[in-house]
Amino acid sequence: MPIAEQCPVNDQALSHTPLFDIHIAAGAKMTGFAGWAMPIRYGSQIEEHHAVRASAGIFDVSHMTMVDFEGPGTTAFLRHVVANDVAKLKAAGEALYGVLLNEAGGIIDDVIVYRREGGYRVVSNAATRERVIAWYVARAGHFDTVWVERDDVAMIAVQGPDAVALFAQATGLARVAECRRFHALEVPHPESPAHPGGVRSMEPTHGWMIARTGYTGEDGVEVMLPDPDASGLWHALASAGVRPAGLGARDTLRLEAGLNLYGQDMDETTTPLESNLAWTVAFEPADREFIGRAALEAQRATGIGNKLTGIALQDRGVMRRGMKVVTNAGEGEVRSGIFSPTLGYSIGLARVPRAATGDIGILVRGRERRGRIVRPPFTKKKVKAAPAPGARKSGQTHD
Amino acid sequence: MTDTPTDARYAETHEWARLDDDGNVVVGVSDYAQEQLGDVVYVELPEVDQQVDAGAEAGVVESVKAASDIYAPVSGTVVAINTSLEDAPELVNQDPYGDGWFFAIAPDSSDEMEDLMDAAEYSEFCEASEAGE
Repeated sequence: MPIAEQCPVNDQALSHTPLFDIHIAAGAKMTGFAGWAMPIRYGSQIEEHHAVRASAGIFDVSHMTMVDFEGPGTTAFLRHVVANDVAKLKAAGEALYGVLLNEAGGIIDDVIVYRREGGYRVVSNAATRERVIAWYVARAGHFDTVWVERDDVAMIAVQGPDAVALFAQATGLARVAECRRFHALEVPHPESPAHPGGVRSMEPTHGWMIARTGYTGEDGVEVMLPDPDASGLWHALASAGVRPAGLGARDTLRLEAGLNLYGQDMDETTTPLESNLAWTVAFEPADREFIGRAALEAQRATGIGNKLTGIALQDRGVMRRGMKVVTNAGEGEVRSGIFSPTLGYSIGLARVPRAATGDIGILVRGRERRGRIVRPPFTKKKVKAAPAPGARKSGQTHD
Repeated sequence: MTDTPTDARYAETHEWARLDDDGNVVVGVSDYAQEQLGDVVYVELPEVDQQVDAGAEAGVVESVKAASDIYAPVSGTVVAINTSLEDAPELVNQDPYGDGWFFAIAPDSSDEMEDLMDAAEYSEFCEASEAGE
């Protein structure tokens, strides 16, 4: 049995998050991910997955790219580079999911944009850091905006039906329960009424931003906090019973929730219309000139050739990225494939001809296996508590 | 440190082989292998009465991470397979040298067992491959 190559833990070329030492001390299996040494799992990846679905897990996601913008032209700039319309964000603390497009409508990255007092924070993927920053530089042009990359801010995701309650318990920040989904709360830290002028986007980041967002299909928060605070929060959450979970569980959780992974399910050669992300493109108002608009309008007129769809395997085995899919409308390819710990069978996202429906065949290790096209999400979120007043209906937002 | 019992012999491809009292060779994957693979979610076994050759593919183990071929450590005829792995593949992680066994072979000869590593050699082999990565 050949053992797949492990990435060396002490590779000097890999960046460390502020939680690196904690991961090593916990015996995590580390892997190189987009230039970062990250925990793939601490023990059993499947147990970590179940812990998030049943109660709560914590993830180190400090490798994500975080950029703070300010300046009078920032809103106009972000309305130009993000295909969703940041003008929907009416007040500080509101957030939206969107994609950055190239002129051809290809996806450069997916992002969450948070509106703040006096500016915005944009969180994008780790693997695309250089490409995205270069894109901002190339496209800022005449827009009166400035930005700073937040290399001094860590990010911890707390996810699961008990995540918000356990986070509130561990930090004393009870207010988080009132923060609605796809909204963020900013608190100075330590919380002090004397903090001058509230939290401003460009000032030194001694404040915490607590966003009710995530990438697991569960309720929870993503906490952006100064590097020196990260280990304290991690220990407090772990002591409160939140289980550390690695990138392995994060991948199976996001796929069960039907969430795309950049670089796998979408990239610069695919448009949001072809990637199940049409809902993230704001064509209205019609006079907003965002990059990629012309290409998407043309594609909308002619129709897409292929689509990204959910697939489920009915036979035994595990679908993996790159496997061939045979449909009633032609061939396709698995883009993401896993064994779903929740469902007990293999699920995936595949790029297939637009007209493909129903039963399919998947070529698993040389043999055709039976599967079917299904509509993600593959698993439904369990509702633990009554939604906060005014909470959005689930399904409206990305996760 | 992973467990490497001295009553088994080991292939470079991380299968263990143990000669039973009845003369059959029981095969599984090592503790080191299951640790590297992560959670096993699916196992494909050979069929009883199937002829297998030393070093040739005799099954597949799928973990959360990847699919890996299982190679027969010795040549012979498959006389038993561990059907409980079908519903409980996690036995490979929980008890790799016991309930997580894969299949048993009636060996063509006893010589091929000698070609495999003993526990000390295998431990060294695993350490060397760790260091070499």
